[in-house]
Amino acid sequence: MKTSTFRSAPARRSAKVAAVLAVGVLALTACGGGSDSDSGGDDPAVNTEATFEAGTTMAKIQEAGVLKLGTKFDQPGFGEKGLSGDPKGFDVEIAKIIASGMGIGADKIEYTESPSAVRETLIIDGDVDLVAATYTINDERKERISFAGPYYVAGQQIMTRSDDTAITGPDSFKSDASLKVCSVAGSTPADNIGSYLANKNQLVTFDVYSKCADALKNNQVDAVTTDNVILLGLVGKSNGAFKVVGDTFTEEPYGIGITKGDVEFCNYIVDTLKKASEDGSYEKAWTSTAGAVEGAVVPELPTADACA
Amino acid sequence: MNVIIDNFDLFFQGFLKTLGIGLICMVGSLILGTIIAAFRVSPVAPLRAVGTLYVNLIRNCPLTVVLFLIAFGLPTIGINQSYYFFGCSALIIYTASFVCEALRSGINAIPAGQAEAARAIGLGFTQNLRHVILPQAFRTAIPPTGSVIIAMFKNSAVLGVFGVSGDLLGNAIILTGSRGFDPVPVYLGIGFFFLMITIPAGLVLGYLERKAVILR
Repeated sequence: MKTSTFRSAPARRSAKVAAVLAVGVLALTACGGGSDSDSGGDDPAVNTEATFEAGTTMAKIQEAGVLKLGTKFDQPGFGEKGLSGDPKGFDVEIAKIIASGMGIGADKIEYTESPSAVRETLIIDGDVDLVAATYTINDERKERISFAGPYYVAGQQIMTRSDDTAITGPDSFKSDASLKVCSVAGSTPADNIGSYLANKNQLVTFDVYSKCADALKNNQVDAVTTDNVILLGLVGKSNGAFKVVGDTFTEEPYGIGITKGDVEFCNYIVDTLKKASEDGSYEKAWTSTAGAVEGAVVPELPTADACA
Repeated sequence: MNVIIDNFDLFFQGFLKTLGIGLICMVGSLILGTIIAAFRVSPVAPLRAVGTLYVNLIRNCPLTVVLFLIAFGLPTIGINQSYYFFGCSALIIYTASFVCEALRSGINAIPAGQAEAARAIGLGFTQNLRHVILPQAFRTAIPPTGSVIIAMFKNSAVLGVFGVSGDLLGNAIILTGSRGFDPVPVYLGIGFFFLMITIPAGLVLGYLERKAVILR
């Protein structure tokens, strides 16, 4: 009697394991199907005819058949991933345009989350082919990676509560040192606002903008500052509680981050974006994502920097 | 490695801020922890219940949850304070639950005869704790309490992404984020400055421990 109980226990367990596995596989396939169906339709036409010189990054990506993209997962309008499916936003659409020119369909893009602090590292380690992640072109970053673009020029602005009249622009913080302004730690806007403050304690930093918006709502801070398009996204979500004040006071050219010195890949991206601007797919990428919020203006594709 | 030398002021300011937060929270959590420990060994049942509830709720919650509830929960009911205040309060409340349990282990290590003898000569509960139990309990509790305090110094890094700017980790995020430096040397530097806080803390602890042994 005893021996039979001992023998049947593992058998029962393996049956359970098999059942759990089966459910897991079902769930996985279900997810896969779902994400396929909601990303189809609007994606740019894939250029299956494209040929590239052997040894170039484009040829390698074409041969691999997948594009490894680094983007933000928490940036409304640019790269935001919901509970299911792939990230959506202007950065993602731009990457789809670049991928389609190499014969890579939107369903063949592999997404890697690229928070601000690790973007250069992802490129250098080869974990991604390119990074499109509200990535401001600057000289410090250029020492470790190269940029193709810019493909968009954002500008920093100030957002306040709708009933606030004390803040009219970035200069308001110098005249009233009790005003607090929120931004994301380690971001360029957080660095930029520093020169407009009477003292350092006026700057409150969090890891994501949603916390800044919450702090603004709760009267913990008096303003939020970052690039205008991100603010427009937050204003859109606030049901009239927030407004954007003053003009943009910086220029943040967003570029595509690639391996340092990859001039051919850079030229390819610049050319592809130029074509996209001419055939309207650049504008479509904008209006379907970041440009969908009220008050957003359709941008012209900026003149690209020389590839180096 | 030049990043540490070139940005030494940023590292040093962060070091001072983190040290300041740590010292405030150390004092705060030792005081609050002692009070909660007194509750937990109190002869009054409701106080014991409060102490037990506090420890079981706070100690079993992740620190970020406690931080979140204080920094974002209190403003929604109209309590507005600086994030520095919220952050330190959360760290004190969280650490106090561990300090309480470390102290209680010290209290439990004292033979029941000590408390009985104190009661026999007419000391009340407070006098008993103050003059007999706690002085001996602190002695036994030094090593576990020390570990809790060192862990607290390290936990204070979380405040950097909860509205407190200018601490060590916050400055590291600035260097690796907007300034685009390689994270590896930056975090080696951050590790070094944390050791500059925690290693001396460990040495002070060893000193206190030795001193307590002599007293015994």
